Amino acid sequence: MKINNSIQQLRDLSFQVRKDVIRSLAEAGSGHLGGSLGLADIFTVLYFNILNHDPQRPDWKDRDRLILSIGHVAPVLYASLARAGYFPIEELQTLRKLGSRLQGHPGKDHGLPGLELSAGSLGQGLSVAVGTAISGKIDNKTWRVYSIHGDGELQEGSIWEAAMSAAHYKLDNLVSLVDRNNVQIDGNTKDVMNLEPLADKWKSFGWHVLNCDGHDLKDIILAYEQARKIKEKPTVILAKTHMGKGVRSIEDNHTWHGKAPSVKQADKFIKELEQNG
Amino acid sequence: MELVMKAFSIREYKDTRSGFGEALLELGRENKNVVALCADLTGSLKMDKFAMEFPDRFYQAGIAEANMISVAAGLTIGGKIPFTGTFANFSTGRVYDQIRQSVAYSQKNVKICASHAGLTLGEDGASHQILEDIGLMKILPNMTVINPCDFNQTKAATFAIAEYYGPVYLRFGRPKMPNFMPDDVPFEIGKAITLKEGSDVSIFATGHLVWKAVEAGMKLAEQGIDAEVINIHTIKPLDEEVILKSVFKTGCAVTAEEHEINGGLGDSIAQLLVRKLPAPVEMIAVLDKFGESGNPGELMIKYGLDTPNIVDAALKTIKRK
Ligand SMILES: [Mg+2]
Repeated sequence: MKINNSIQQLRDLSFQVRKDVIRSLAEAGSGHLGGSLGLADIFTVLYFNILNHDPQRPDWKDRDRLILSIGHVAPVLYASLARAGYFPIEELQTLRKLGSRLQGHPGKDHGLPGLELSAGSLGQGLSVAVGTAISGKIDNKTWRVYSIHGDGELQEGSIWEAAMSAAHYKLDNLVSLVDRNNVQIDGNTKDVMNLEPLADKWKSFGWHVLNCDGHDLKDIILAYEQARKIKEKPTVILAKTHMGKGVRSIEDNHTWHGKAPSVKQADKFIKELEQNG
Repeated sequence: MELVMKAFSIREYKDTRSGFGEALLELGRENKNVVALCADLTGSLKMDKFAMEFPDRFYQAGIAEANMISVAAGLTIGGKIPFTGTFANFSTGRVYDQIRQSVAYSQKNVKICASHAGLTLGEDGASHQILEDIGLMKILPNMTVINPCDFNQTKAATFAIAEYYGPVYLRFGRPKMPNFMPDDVPFEIGKAITLKEGSDVSIFATGHLVWKAVEAGMKLAEQGIDAEVINIHTIKPLDEEVILKSVFKTGCAVTAEEHEINGGLGDSIAQLLVRKLPAPVEMIAVLDKFGESGNPGELMIKYGLDTPNIVDAALKTIKRK
């Protein structure tokens, strides 16, 4: 299944995904709001424009694989999966509750369709994406691998082991995206552990580097389309995003990294979303 | 599974890692989904023949074990059956978090194949002689833990884990050791093998200690003691039925392994017996110590993992009945 949604349709969907994220987090009472909102546009583009997938057949052999490395943004993954049709939208309200398939961080052994991997402990998803891409290469498959990373996550050493191996094996069927919001739990990435010069780091590891505005739907699509044309090397997209994007009052405020809104705050945030939309 | 051997003899000395290497090569020929990864120890792991014959299904990971384990998890997402190879310490402790999340919790069909386990690694010393790996792996939900006793059994185990769907830790060693299991004994994951029936004491051994348990059984027979010797090649899932039946008959047990006393086979058996059939247990294992340099034989004697230690433990546990 691959739908060519119009930009207006995508805009509506990303608005819906953001609303789902806010509502499910308010219902859960805990979770990571900032990063989930910041990735809403990217996830919308992936699930409704880029990925070749079939929600009716989550294990379809020729599907594109999305590997989410940063498990804490599970709410935006769940909202996208539900909106794409992997499971009922009402199930989003079970997030983080006892017996739910929607674990606080994605848990592969809880039976949620559409999940490729358990995640939460950072720095592993790029390696998994590399392995997945290799398996596609072995069989000369045309399906592709998309991985999603945080910028703070790049401080994990294993990311760079994986980066080295992706270039070594010339994995041009792999596109990794870095959620470059410049913040992490303890503050600004440049103060916690500076990542710059980030593009140069990836380049020196043998990757093709693209930049995009992670909230401009057209720009995100363009980046993924460009990545498709790159041969013999993996591509990384450094997507400039804002934590909490869409809700003005919390945008770029890292204290919202690991917080959920109260029901009252959620109503207010959704009003802000509507005003911005 | 029962296999009562009338006479035990060492036909040859062979290393368990070569059993792994031979089986891997054959698996490569039989199943195109079998892929192998190694972290710069291809010769040591005996993966070189596979690498040569199947260059497009062999992935050199370099000295980056964390990446190797998660790459293996990824390979399963494309339907492959990956076998990772490195030393036991780099296969477990170094990459515990990758195994926990990307393999075990993600229910990935990864076979973690670990050589040079235990004291018998020898001269390289304690940095490489991991004695905690069984414990680290067996506490992980979804994980199967296998420690075969000789070349033939390691080979058979390698075939068996390829057939089984799910994460597996396969532990083997470096030096040439007695190869005594007949090569036609089928390997069933989780099914212990009774090597000698007896009624006075149950000796449960795993890995390189199985042959020593067989020797101890013969020594005890000379003293008129009828020991039952059981090869526990699978530590998890444990063959509770065979163990309970045996101890019900003998009333006491000895466990023997090349591992720390904390977290190993002895732990698992003691826990089972405490819950279901309390009986005296003596444990042959390394007693909360790191190893040291030396040749494998010397080390096994120094750390109390030799045949006479098992004999003494049997006599002691019988007295406690
Ligand atoms: Mg960040």
